[in-house]
Amino acid sequence: VSTTAISGSALRGLRLGPDDKPIVFAAGFVLLILFVGTGYTLFTQGSAPLLQPQYLLQQLQVGSFLGIVAAGLMLVILLGHIDLSAPWTLTAAAMMATAVGGPWAIPAGIGVGLLVGIVNGLGVAYLRVPSMIFTLGMNAVMRGLMVAHTGGFAPQTAATDLMQYLAVARIGGVIPAALLVWLAVSVVVVVILTRMTLGRAIYAIGNRERAAYLSGINTNRVILIAFALSGAAAGLAGVLLAGYSTKAYQGMGDTYLLPAIAAVVIGGTNILGGRGRYLGTLVGVILIVLLNSVLSIMQMPEAGRQIIYGTVIISMLLVYGREGRLAG
Amino acid sequence: MSDTVLARANVEPVEGTRVRRGSIGPRLQQQAGILGALTLFVLLYLFYQANHPRGFTGQVLIQNANEAFALALVAMAQTVPVLMAGLDLSVGAVMTLVGCIASHLVNGGPGEIALGIMACIAAGAACGFANGCVVVYGRIQPIIATLATSAIYMGFALILRPTPGGNVHEDLSWAMTNDVREFAATFGLFEGGEALWLQPFAWIPVPLILLALIILVIWVPFTRSVTGRTVYAIGSSEGAAYMSGLPINRAKLAAFTLAGLFAGLGGLFLALQTSSGNADIPQAAAYTLNAIAAVVIGGTSLLGGTGSAIGSMIGALVLRTISFNFRIFDVAPLLQPLLEGFVLLAAVSLGGLKLLRLKNKLEVYR
Repeated sequence: VSTTAISGSALRGLRLGPDDKPIVFAAGFVLLILFVGTGYTLFTQGSAPLLQPQYLLQQLQVGSFLGIVAAGLMLVILLGHIDLSAPWTLTAAAMMATAVGGPWAIPAGIGVGLLVGIVNGLGVAYLRVPSMIFTLGMNAVMRGLMVAHTGGFAPQTAATDLMQYLAVARIGGVIPAALLVWLAVSVVVVVILTRMTLGRAIYAIGNRERAAYLSGINTNRVILIAFALSGAAAGLAGVLLAGYSTKAYQGMGDTYLLPAIAAVVIGGTNILGGRGRYLGTLVGVILIVLLNSVLSIMQMPEAGRQIIYGTVIISMLLVYGREGRLAG
Repeated sequence: MSDTVLARANVEPVEGTRVRRGSIGPRLQQQAGILGALTLFVLLYLFYQANHPRGFTGQVLIQNANEAFALALVAMAQTVPVLMAGLDLSVGAVMTLVGCIASHLVNGGPGEIALGIMACIAAGAACGFANGCVVVYGRIQPIIATLATSAIYMGFALILRPTPGGNVHEDLSWAMTNDVREFAATFGLFEGGEALWLQPFAWIPVPLILLALIILVIWVPFTRSVTGRTVYAIGSSEGAAYMSGLPINRAKLAAFTLAGLFAGLGGLFLALQTSSGNADIPQAAAYTLNAIAAVVIGGTSLLGGTGSAIGSMIGALVLRTISFNFRIFDVAPLLQPLLEGFVLLAAVSLGGLKLLRLKNKLEVYR
C-alpha cells in the first residue's frame, strides 16, 4: 500500500495541475506558430526570420504594450469583472502625456489612467453598476473628452524624449527598454497576486464575493484598487505607445482591448474570476503577438486574420478551457 | 400562480391583505424596468418632437423608425443570452455578416428576392446556432466564445464585402423603409394604399409594424414556451433549473439561435435601408456595445433571470432618441460622444440607488 501511495504522490508531482495545463498548451502552441511560420518563410523566402533573436526581441517590444494592458486587465478579470474602458483610457493617457510634456509627462499619463480606474472602481464597487456597462460608459466619456479636447484631430504635441526612450531604446543595443518596463509591471503583478493579501483577496472575491466579505475582506476597497491598477496599466501602455509612435492619435487604443482579453483568457484565467496565473497571461500575450506577426509575414488579408484569430481562441479553449459538466 | 395566492388568502384571512399586496408587488417590480424605460422614452421623444423645427410629421417619424430599427433588433438579440446570465458579443458581427449577404442576394425577380431573404434569415439563425453549439457542447463561457465567433463572422463578412457596396432591390428597399401607404402603393396592394379602411393606419412606418410583428410572432410565443421559461430559469439559477429537469441544453441552443435570428433580421433591414453591405468592424462593435447598453436601460439584469426583449427594444429607442435630440439642438458634434457617455453613466448609476433600500448588506454581494 505504501509503495503505491508513494508512486502515486510522485506521479501527482509530475501531473499538471488544472492551472498549469493552459500554460503548457499555450506555450506548445507558441512553438507550433514558430514552427509553421518558419516552415512558411523557409519555403517561400529561404530564410527563417522568426528564429532570429533580433526579430523576436522586436516583436516582444511591440507586444509589451499589449502585455502591460493585459497585466492590468487580468487583475480585474480575476475579480470576475471586466474593464472595457482600456482603449480610451490608453488614448487619453497618451494624449495627456504629450500635452503636458516635460518631466511631468509620464506621471500625467499614468495619473489619467489611475483616475479613470478609480472612477471605474467607485462605480463598480460602491454603486454596484455591472462592470461591463460602467467601464463601457467610462470609455465613451473618455472618448468624448478626448474628441472635445483635440477637436477630433490628431494632437500636434509630441512625446517627450524619456517616453520615446522607454518605448524604442535598446539597452546595450540589444534588450528593448519597453520589454523591461513590461517585465517590471509583470513583477509587480506577480508580487501582488502571490505575495500580498491584496492578491489573495482578489482571488477570494473572484470565487465568491459574499464569502470574502464575511471573511472580513473589505471587498469594495479591493475592487477599487484592482480597477485603479488596471487603469494605471492602460495609462502606462498609452504613454509607451505614444513614445513608440512619437505622438498620440485618435483611436490608438482600439486594437488593444480584445487581444488583451483574449490573451488573459487563453492563458487560463477564468473569465468569471477566481482562477488563473500570471504566467499564463504572459504566454497568452506572446502567443497573440507571434500569431499576428506570422500572419503579417504571410501577408494574410484582414478577413483571413479575423477567421484564424477566432478559430485559434475557440480551439485553444476547447482543449483546456472547458467548464465542468453541470451536476446540480 | 395567482390561484395559489388567492387560496392562501382564503385560508388565512388575517394575512389576506398583506398577501394580496405581495402578489401585485412582484408583478409591478418585474415590469418596473420596462415602465421606467418607457417613461424615459416617451418624455425624450415628446421633448424631441416638441422642439423639432418642422413639428410632428410622418416623414420625421419614418426616418426615426428607420434609424432605430437595426439597433432595436440587435438589442433584442442581445437580451436572450443576457437572460441566461450570458452575453453575446457577436450580435453586431452577425448583423454585419447578414447585411453583407443581403447585399449580394436580395435582388432580381420576386422568387430570387424571396429566396435571398430566406437565406439571410437562415444565415443569421445558423450563426446563432453555431454560437450555441460552442457554448453548449464546447462548454466555453458565452462571453469569450462569442468574442471568438464574432471575429470569424467578421472575417466572412470581409470576404463577402472587402469594400462597401452591393445592391438591394430598390422597390423592396423603398417599401420597407416607408409608411404603410407607400408599402401598399409599391406592391399595388389595397387599391394602391388608397383603400378607405387602410387610411387610419396609412401613416405608420413599416419598420414599426415589423417590430410589432417580430415581438408578437417570435418573442411572445417564445417566452410562453417551456424553452423560453427555461431560459429565464437558467438565468435565475442554472443548478436549480437542471435539478428541476428543464431542458437546459435545448434552451441554450434556442436562445443563441434566436439571438442570431434577431441580429440577422437587423442586418437584413440595415442592408435594405442603406441599399448596400458594409463589413465595418468598428460599426459592428458599436452596435454590440450599444445593444448591451440598451438591454440595461430596458431593465434587463446582466445577472440574468429578469427582463424582456420588449424592454431592450425600448432601451434602444431611448438611446436613438438621445442622438435625435442632439441633432435638433445643434449640439456640437464634438461634444456628442461625451454627452452620450454621461447619459449612459447617469442612467446606469441610478441603479445604485436601490442599494439604499436593501435591508441586508449581504444582498449586495453575489
